[in-house]
Amino acid sequence: MATTENEYVLDIRNLKLHFAVNQGKVQAVDGVDFRLRPHESVVILGESGCGKTSLAKAVLRLLPRNVSDYTGEVYFEGKDVMQLDDETYRRQVRWVGISMVPQAAMNALNPVIRIGDQVAEPALVHHGVDKDQAWKMATKMIEHVGVPTDFMLRYPFELSGGMRQRAAIAMALVTVPRLILLDEPTSALDLLTQANIMNVLKRIKKDFGTSYILITHDIATSSELADNVAVMYAGQIVEVSDAKRFFDVPLHPYSRKLMASVPRLREEVEPEFITGSPPSLLNPPTGCRFRARCEEAFDKCTEEPPTFNKDGILVKCWLYEAEGSVAQ
Amino acid sequence: MSDIVVEDQKALLTIEKLRVWFELRRFGFGVAGYVKAVDGVDFELKAGEAIAVVGESGCGKSSLMKTILGLNTPTEGKVIYDGQSLADMNGKGMQWYRSSQVGYVQQDPFGALAPFMNVQRILEEPLIVAGVSDKQERLARVRKAMNEVRLTPVDDFLKKFPHQISGGQQQRVVIARAMIQDPKIIVADEPVSMLDASVRVEILKLLRNLQLEYNLSVIYITHDLSTVRYFSERIFVMYAGKLVEKGSIEDLLYDARHPYTIALLEATSDPDYRNALDYKEVPPGEPPSLVTPPKGCRFHPRCAFAIDGLCNKTEPPEYEPTDGHLVSCWLYDPEKDYDKPVVKK
Repeated sequence: MATTENEYVLDIRNLKLHFAVNQGKVQAVDGVDFRLRPHESVVILGESGCGKTSLAKAVLRLLPRNVSDYTGEVYFEGKDVMQLDDETYRRQVRWVGISMVPQAAMNALNPVIRIGDQVAEPALVHHGVDKDQAWKMATKMIEHVGVPTDFMLRYPFELSGGMRQRAAIAMALVTVPRLILLDEPTSALDLLTQANIMNVLKRIKKDFGTSYILITHDIATSSELADNVAVMYAGQIVEVSDAKRFFDVPLHPYSRKLMASVPRLREEVEPEFITGSPPSLLNPPTGCRFRARCEEAFDKCTEEPPTFNKDGILVKCWLYEAEGSVAQ
Repeated sequence: MSDIVVEDQKALLTIEKLRVWFELRRFGFGVAGYVKAVDGVDFELKAGEAIAVVGESGCGKSSLMKTILGLNTPTEGKVIYDGQSLADMNGKGMQWYRSSQVGYVQQDPFGALAPFMNVQRILEEPLIVAGVSDKQERLARVRKAMNEVRLTPVDDFLKKFPHQISGGQQQRVVIARAMIQDPKIIVADEPVSMLDASVRVEILKLLRNLQLEYNLSVIYITHDLSTVRYFSERIFVMYAGKLVEKGSIEDLLYDARHPYTIALLEATSDPDYRNALDYKEVPPGEPPSLVTPPKGCRFHPRCAFAIDGLCNKTEPPEYEPTDGHLVSCWLYDPEKDYDKPVVKK
């Protein structure tokens, strides 16, 4: 793989993923830009149906059949992977460079294959090592995520949800990729198990220098792993910020509403809710897509806002026209 | 339903030494053991009071709830509603209790609504079962219930099927169905865990408003400690079939005593960038099997403060460190001075 000087491990520009359905085109990912530095993690927040999972699939090129548009540029370590054909992409990028822990990963394991074999499989397929070597690599990762190694001979149904989730993480990790996509990695787990998995992910990040893209709607838990935060609404990224500033004062009206809706344990704040529901991705409104639910909407919002750069925070909202410069 | 007079101190629902065990059968005959889903639970619920039962999955929350709804038969102990034990009720009494005294809000709204019925039919069904034969009256009550849960304009929703409305609206239909008979108790089993974060608060506030307006008693079952504050007066923490700590919101959130409660509090995140800088302290291991729970205190194998020879031998009694705050943990024996866990800020 090309080892040029790369400031970013992943650089996505104007990525689009539209699906063809009977009624038209579902614009699940519509012009997404963002960058991710090595050893950093970005959290992608959004309500269900805003295109978060489609974004992950678009990055990893795990596409369903009804794709109508799939355009844009995706640079992984400086290399435009959108130019690669499917087979080259599979050999050079998927799981070697970028791997994924799917949503409800605990149910994503094959029920008739032993845990050890499943974890070793990516190493066999993508690194071309022999079975013993792959088993050794799997053992190392299984230990690393905190599963007892004798569980490798068991089948998924013999493990608890938390242990299965760890096995799925080990499977994403066994090829030592630079980037892991985590799609709701803890949403189906209990509180204590969730905290445990977050600890495991933090340790992996520290030990291997892995970058993460964490896709979730759970804002409170996401702060456990966030260096940067990207907020997604109706197929578009509306704000990209660093975690410190985002969790204090988010800029975009939607981000502010989202933060205000989080119930807090340690502070006496009455949570608020967002009125209305997100627009359909089939025929998204023109102009700003959040306009209909926004209390601060004004005349200009009927035009689509560009992304403004306000002190390094990217925000797609007309309110920041005066304070920020147009990004790029 | 207009003659409710609330006596302040009288309990509406009393749970006495409740045990719910499920038999494990060994290939056809013989009993191989019991799943001790609920193992000695006591509490009182007053009219108009909201309580939250907090615990991890598999701790017996749902079995407790189903017993209160009259769906499980207690192995031992009693569920007493308004002075009358559920076990003593005949079929008719049980039907009266289930259909008009308790309402049930399920966890997964889509799974709880029949896909082939429209909203009107779903809400009419309990009334038909209860024998309300006048169609106009039924429709009026359906409309009233829909207004209460703010499924408005009502006419837009009456003929819709569950798959045509959003998750939040489905949950409103479920709440309307639970409310339609004007029950005195609502049992809500994780009512918001399947919903989107932005809708959760809305549904919780709706439930809270209904509770205050109709002086309902609510049992709110959840695993999410951050939402209980907005909802209930008292919290019970459940672990492996037992209530390990009971207290008011202030007691539990600011002055938690049981090591398990403290672990839960610490594992709950608030959105704060500082979370990413540090690891969390989480007790090792997983909740025990309910077939063979550990001897003594059930939390002792995972507890950093366990006292050898005491916690692993004898079950702790309930101590009352402050008024109305009960904790089942040996550390709070007033005659001894053990090291106690503290909540980190």
